[in-house]
Amino acid sequence: MAAPGLSAARPGGANGREGAPALPTGRTIELLLLVFAAVIVTGALVLVEANQEQELTPTLLYVGLAYLVVLTLAHLAVRKFAPYADPLILPSVALLNGLGLVMIHRLDLADQDRAALLGQPVPDSLVFKQILWTAVGLALFIAVLWLVKDHRTLARYGFTCGLVGLVLLALPGLLPSSISEVNGAKLWIRIGGAGIQPGEFAKILLIIFFAAFLVQKRDLFSTAGRRFLGMELPRARDLAPLLVAWGLSVGVLVVERDLGSSLLFFGILLVLLYAATERVSWMLIGIGFFVIGALIAYQLFGHVQVRVQVWLDPFSDYDNRGYQIAQALFGLGTGGVGGTGLGAGRPDLVPFAESDFIFSSLGEELGLIGLASILVVYLVLITRGLRSALAVRDSFGKLLATGLSFAVALQIFVVIGGVTKLIPLTGLTLPFLSYGGSSLVANYALVAMLLRISNAARAPLTRRPAAPAVPIADAGTELVQRPAVGPTTGPVPGPTGGRP
Amino acid sequence: MPELVLQLTRAGFLALLWLFVLVALRVVRSDLYAASGLRAIMPGGGRVSAKAGRSRTARQLQVTQGPLAGTRITLDSRPILIGRADDSTLKLDDDYASTRHARISQQGEEWYVEDLGSTNGTYLDRAKVTGPTRVPLGVPVRIGKTVIELRS
Repeated sequence: MAAPGLSAARPGGANGREGAPALPTGRTIELLLLVFAAVIVTGALVLVEANQEQELTPTLLYVGLAYLVVLTLAHLAVRKFAPYADPLILPSVALLNGLGLVMIHRLDLADQDRAALLGQPVPDSLVFKQILWTAVGLALFIAVLWLVKDHRTLARYGFTCGLVGLVLLALPGLLPSSISEVNGAKLWIRIGGAGIQPGEFAKILLIIFFAAFLVQKRDLFSTAGRRFLGMELPRARDLAPLLVAWGLSVGVLVVERDLGSSLLFFGILLVLLYAATERVSWMLIGIGFFVIGALIAYQLFGHVQVRVQVWLDPFSDYDNRGYQIAQALFGLGTGGVGGTGLGAGRPDLVPFAESDFIFSSLGEELGLIGLASILVVYLVLITRGLRSALAVRDSFGKLLATGLSFAVALQIFVVIGGVTKLIPLTGLTLPFLSYGGSSLVANYALVAMLLRISNAARAPLTRRPAAPAVPIADAGTELVQRPAVGPTTGPVPGPTGGRP
Repeated sequence: MPELVLQLTRAGFLALLWLFVLVALRVVRSDLYAASGLRAIMPGGGRVSAKAGRSRTARQLQVTQGPLAGTRITLDSRPILIGRADDSTLKLDDDYASTRHARISQQGEEWYVEDLGSTNGTYLDRAKVTGPTRVPLGVPVRIGKTVIELRS
């Protein structure tokens, strides 16, 4: 593979004055990587069909074409609206989304086979729904890139975002269960056949709010306070935002019975507080709050206890509650290092194999090697987000990019940790891979914002015209780095000395 | 699908996945060196290397050892004053350096180092500098714990 030179498409000579080198936009690299991702996904689709059906079905064509159209549109949108955006973010997302589509299609085929064997009606094909959701996500992606020309404008709507986010978050908990409850968790708003999880969108809106709020009040949190054991303790009244976040996440836990989201909200605010103030004490206090909250939740809520017991020993209740995790572990074990090959395993034996447990499905068919590559792709996505946070110059952009990237990172940790029995299982979706409309659409919006921030970080500065030369009498005092020493060659008078 | 084909495609697909990762990491790496996440600073709108043809003249002074190691000073015709004084060009924070320790100045095309009566002396390579001494490119000049070199 040729080294993708960064000197790709250069913008026209608009600012090519005085030989200033035009900064590379990275769009050509992005295009190359997108083509590569499309090749991988197409290959995966062909393998799945060949292994499952022994022939290629028209579905292959539809899925592949839809995927290509989505990629092309996304790339064109980035070219138009954020020409300097990071070249790695979109290809990573495209590959993950594509692999998710392939795996969902593969599980569709398995479900259809089983239904045919048992003489049941053929279940709906999930992959077409997922493609539909991808298209909706793409529309939101383009809309965000188009409407948000400068991420700093979002800071002005911080409190609005916070309010809307809170309402969205609380709405399913307040609505009657017939509308909002699916599988014991009240996370949904279902109207007709389609349902969305407003919590996914609330996540992004609340990150915008937290970032805007912290930029405004940062000094308050980082200056006042007493020293104790070598670290600065915040004042009691400044703890309010942390307490609010804690209350919020516990509220989500109680009302909506959603362990994952509550963990996510709390973690995001904690990291944003830390990023804004650089104080370790916030982390320690936050972790303390988390432990207290976890202990109380364990005592009070039956579903938390069940999750913990299943985590500790899924095989003690294999036929019932531990079945899902145990099957996932068997699947990962079957996959081993190299996997069974796409379409050659039985990942459909795990309940919710296409949404919460898609990681174990991929693990069974791609093995440790494949899973590791997927994790590295996630890692690339997250590090590019964090890098944008480092490179962008305004505080709000820094905090927003940190929050968005960390939200993805934490969600991946919570999901994969749960599926692989590292931590208790919580019902979250794996970003871009899992089947789930709201998650996909919301994550596309999140990526659009990351691209917007990385565009601001990488775009060349608009050059200011050189300041006109001021007559020396009118010139202000200026600090010059290197004082001019007189061009004398003789000894300079002045104190000389060794050690004082 | 025949077993052999299955195994081959399986391995090939994993290789393809990792190839994608490697290409992505390669872009990350080139980006690290290009430092494109940070903005390229273009003082005066151009590069300093106007006189790139003449590689024999010193154009940079680089600190190679000591607490300031890695520091570079671009040379122009003005002399470089080294010492602990606040108005030094290269301000050392070193107990073994004097307030005004040494000066490196240009005469014609050459650069000369000159000890300004320091307590612990200035050394060009191994030899103690007594009068103005020519400094060739790449020869270390030792001042206290600091070693500097001229680079083209």
